[in-house]
Amino acid sequence: MSDTAIAIPAPRTARRSPALASLPVMTARCVRLTRRNLDALITALVLPILLMLMFVYLFGGAIATGTSYVQYVVPGVVLLCAGFGAANTAVSVCQDMTGGIIDRFRSLDVPGQALLAGHVIASIVRNAASTVLVFGVALLIGFRPHASPLAWAAAAGILLLFVLAISSLAAVAGLLATSAEAASGFVFAVMFLPYPSSTFVPIQTMPAWLQGFARDQPVTPVVESLRGLLLGTPVGANPWHAVAWCGGILAGTAVLSGVLFRRRTA
Amino acid sequence: MADELAVEAVGLRKSYGGVHALAGVDLRVPAGSRCAVLGPNGAGKTTTVRILATLTRPDAGHARVAGCDIARDQHRLRRRISLTGQFTGLDAQQTGAENLRMVARLSGLARGQARRRTAELLELFGLEQAAGRRVGTYSGGMRRRVDLAAALVAEPSVIFLDEPATGLDLPSRLALWQVITELGGSGVTTVLTTQYLEEADRLADQIVVIDAGQVVAEGSPAELKQQVAGQRLELTLTSRAAFDDVARAAAWVGVLEADPGRLLVSVATDGDAAHVRHLLDALDPQRVAVERFAVRGATLDDVFLALTGHLPEQAGTAGPGIQHGSNDQKEAIGV
Repeated sequence: MSDTAIAIPAPRTARRSPALASLPVMTARCVRLTRRNLDALITALVLPILLMLMFVYLFGGAIATGTSYVQYVVPGVVLLCAGFGAANTAVSVCQDMTGGIIDRFRSLDVPGQALLAGHVIASIVRNAASTVLVFGVALLIGFRPHASPLAWAAAAGILLLFVLAISSLAAVAGLLATSAEAASGFVFAVMFLPYPSSTFVPIQTMPAWLQGFARDQPVTPVVESLRGLLLGTPVGANPWHAVAWCGGILAGTAVLSGVLFRRRTA
Repeated sequence: MADELAVEAVGLRKSYGGVHALAGVDLRVPAGSRCAVLGPNGAGKTTTVRILATLTRPDAGHARVAGCDIARDQHRLRRRISLTGQFTGLDAQQTGAENLRMVARLSGLARGQARRRTAELLELFGLEQAAGRRVGTYSGGMRRRVDLAAALVAEPSVIFLDEPATGLDLPSRLALWQVITELGGSGVTTVLTTQYLEEADRLADQIVVIDAGQVVAEGSPAELKQQVAGQRLELTLTSRAAFDDVARAAAWVGVLEADPGRLLVSVATDGDAAHVRHLLDALDPQRVAVERFAVRGATLDDVFLALTGHLPEQAGTAGPGIQHGSNDQKEAIGV
């Protein structure tokens, strides 16, 4: 009963469930590809910081929010980062689907969920890095959070859920797009959404017809939750709305991505 | 016996939006042999291979590959085969070694095993020097080699190669052919597609000619050549007028090739001296039109011409040129 005599490894017999077995490998791959895609990395890390500096120093003086503008805008900038990070996911998924590697993965029996989940997890890793960076710079330019450890944890949880939702949405965009250029159009849509929300200016300052949309879109409850939790102000029902929005998007994209992946590879 | 066949396909059909990519393809490939699926662009080669590798579902027909049914036993089948497509299945931003390790891990090898297998393959393919560089910096030939190495990671019993030499320069092509030829010795079954007759002749012991989604002929390279004519008589003519006369006269006996540019007309013969003499007299009764003649073994071009009524694309221009994505690949990905 000794197994020392086995000279040739028998790889095929020792397989776990393919989805579980391939997920860490696919994730490691996406994280590595992210690290090597310098342009995208710089965009995802530097652009949100530039935007934050722009809003705080250029526009901030003219915007009355009741607090110092840096306090008001930082939670929103963190959220904007998520958008940039996710846009990259759309492009990477699209590249995988249109290149030769998808055939390799499929003939290796890598499930579509593992491929997409790898991209989404890489997006979360990317966003974690950019969030830390943004908070670091924000502290330097005068952002002062007042949050209990519990509130920090809650804020982190909501942000994680938001990044997860928006990255899954990006993965769906990547499955829909037939070229990387089209997939990067997702950036535009994502970049637009925070503007008609309470990310940069209070909703009351908007024209009446826009206020309804601004209040009832997913970005507003997320940014209001982050703001309230980090600054120690009341959050009301916003966290629940945020969780409902993100949960809904996640559920929708999970179903949609399965359908789209099968259609793309039929 | 059924279990001696690595591939057995019956009546495979597939259409894309009304276009029949495959109109009933049968294929039988004995285990351990090398089969070339030969045909022009858009003949259905890629679709055939993709169906056999379970990447595309056929509209009709069934097939067994490596003992597994393509429809019912997909997951087990995928563990026994590998497919190297026309487009490199590698990450340009990962190094050659990283790509191979990734494939090894996805094949179910543990970390240490994956590292050992990668080292083995890099050595086998002479890629140790390039192992640490990103695949994006490789030449086309090197990329193909890594791609092929990736296909061998898990020691598959059937290997599908879709137009392996397309886009490679001559030295890279020769090196790749060498590798593919060596695969045969290890008991692996190879099914490759090609639009180059020379490649099929060099690499395969069985050739299946397909055209417009149907098998038009099959057999060993030698058998196929015999099917047409044993030999060809190649006549080089003295002038354009002589060319026209001889080409017209030769229409009666069957022209294999007529090239006004080179003033060359080829006709079929069995190579027998009496037959050659008879042909020369019949085609050039005045004995002024033919400058030189040569008797050659029939080429696969002749086979192709005889079977399909047209030459495969680019057959005239010395072997694999630069070419991206055949029609059937686009059909397979699109919609």
